[in-house]
Amino acid sequence: MRLIPMARFKDPALRDPAWTRRVFWFLVACVILWPSLVSTEFRPWVFFEAENLKVTTHFLAEFFPPATNLEFLELVAREAWRTVAIATAGTFLALLFAIPLTLLSTTVLSVSSLSGRMRALPFVVRQLIRWLLILLRSVPELIWALVFVRVVGLGPAAGVLAIALTYAGMLGKVYGEILESGEREPATALLRNGAGRIQTFFFSVLPGNATELTSYTIYRWECAIRASTVLGFVGAGGLGQQMDNSMRMFNGSEVATMLIVFILLVGLADLLSTWMRRALQ
Amino acid sequence: MSTRPRHWLRLDSSVFWVLFGTIALIILSFWSLDLQLARVLSLESLARMGKFLGELLSPNLEPVFLSKLLRASLETLAMSAVGTLLATIFGLLLAVPASRSFTGDPARWRFLTRLLLNALRAIPELVWAALLLISAGLGPFAGTLALALHTTGVLGRLFAESIENSPQNAATALRVQGVGEGRVFLYATLPTVSPQLMSYALYRWENNIRAAAVLGVVGGGGLGQMLSFHMGLFQMQETSSILAAMILLVILVDTLSYFARRLLSR
Repeated sequence: MRLIPMARFKDPALRDPAWTRRVFWFLVACVILWPSLVSTEFRPWVFFEAENLKVTTHFLAEFFPPATNLEFLELVAREAWRTVAIATAGTFLALLFAIPLTLLSTTVLSVSSLSGRMRALPFVVRQLIRWLLILLRSVPELIWALVFVRVVGLGPAAGVLAIALTYAGMLGKVYGEILESGEREPATALLRNGAGRIQTFFFSVLPGNATELTSYTIYRWECAIRASTVLGFVGAGGLGQQMDNSMRMFNGSEVATMLIVFILLVGLADLLSTWMRRALQ
Repeated sequence: MSTRPRHWLRLDSSVFWVLFGTIALIILSFWSLDLQLARVLSLESLARMGKFLGELLSPNLEPVFLSKLLRASLETLAMSAVGTLLATIFGLLLAVPASRSFTGDPARWRFLTRLLLNALRAIPELVWAALLLISAGLGPFAGTLALALHTTGVLGRLFAESIENSPQNAATALRVQGVGEGRVFLYATLPTVSPQLMSYALYRWENNIRAAAVLGVVGGGGLGQMLSFHMGLFQMQETSSILAAMILLVILVDTLSYFARRLLSR
């Protein structure tokens, strides 16, 4: 086949048969897009207004060199550790909440459903706990943090509680899914032979799914570190709070240092979590 | 019982060290944070929490306010849609230099573009929004751009991966005929990978709706901005309605995507 010269596209036989349809859908997309652009006040030229341009260039010029005085670096290191600590404590509390909720809501440990349908009361209890889990994880952690800052005051406690509640909802849901998608026969066999629910859990359900459960928990810890860096913006402690302060003072060099620490922290958590999950395999 | 596996308790087992490290990290975290859990869980603060929740039970349902709420919800949706669309376009533009499209492709820009994509991705939407406020001012535009920047990093990387892993048959057929790289991409690689790119973009859109609801808290428009405004003024009735709207929006998106996925996988 030789290359087709562009002029030959005028030949109707060689034209794109879907051309009119494509143009039509493109126009439809534009018509839908227009109100969205209006609603988001999409005006890229505000960047180039003299006033904004001056502030921006000044702020960006300060990015280099990043702040490196010892006192500030010490502060950043302390806040970075606090960010990790908030994430760890939050994930641990979430685990404490999620385990009983999972045990109560999973259908694997249901005795009544062994013979036909589950009875009404257990069904209602399980359904209620599922709704509670949905509610917990539907509120983003930042909103929980806003609420807790109001209730327990500024500081890391609000961040820890926010992560604990949102992640309890997520862990509870996914733990349930993991348990229910695993092999059910060993658990059923134990229950049918008269083992208690707790016994069944420890001798069949937990050993069968332990690797997957741990691996997901570690992954969530990594996500919690990402989340807790941000929670500081509403006053819940950690690196975010310090970054918010520096931004308010338009201190570009401090912001630059913290952005670098931020990227390193997230990268480190990523590496550590990958390594830990591989070590458990 | 003597054959019971106990190997993970040995000192040279990696599981042991993971376990040890985790426990140490948890203890250190609680110790260094000084959470004052006694104060947080005291009767006084529980009473305050109860009062707060009680106030949330009487939402503001006036039609004037509800129409404002609807507009803010639509703004949140628009922010997520425009942000994701921009991210899809820029992500695709950056994915081309970030991928080695055939064996022996020099891909000179691969390392640099990937570095850029990683940096865009590593900084969360909320931090982008706070940074953009300085040059774009308060409002949904800053939020939209923040979503677009972070999502460009995420999508660009995913797009580059799928371009690199795509089946090469059609592209090779054009390439051996001497077709230029640009047209090979448009007529062979892009049609091959576009279904996957679409599904990635839709998945990120779903995430971005949730993110957009929150972005406003730092001043990026939408429901979040309304929330931080009314909460700052202690107007609990309005706060309660906005929180309910947020939860409804998130549950709606989750349900829709669940059914859409079931429909598509059938």
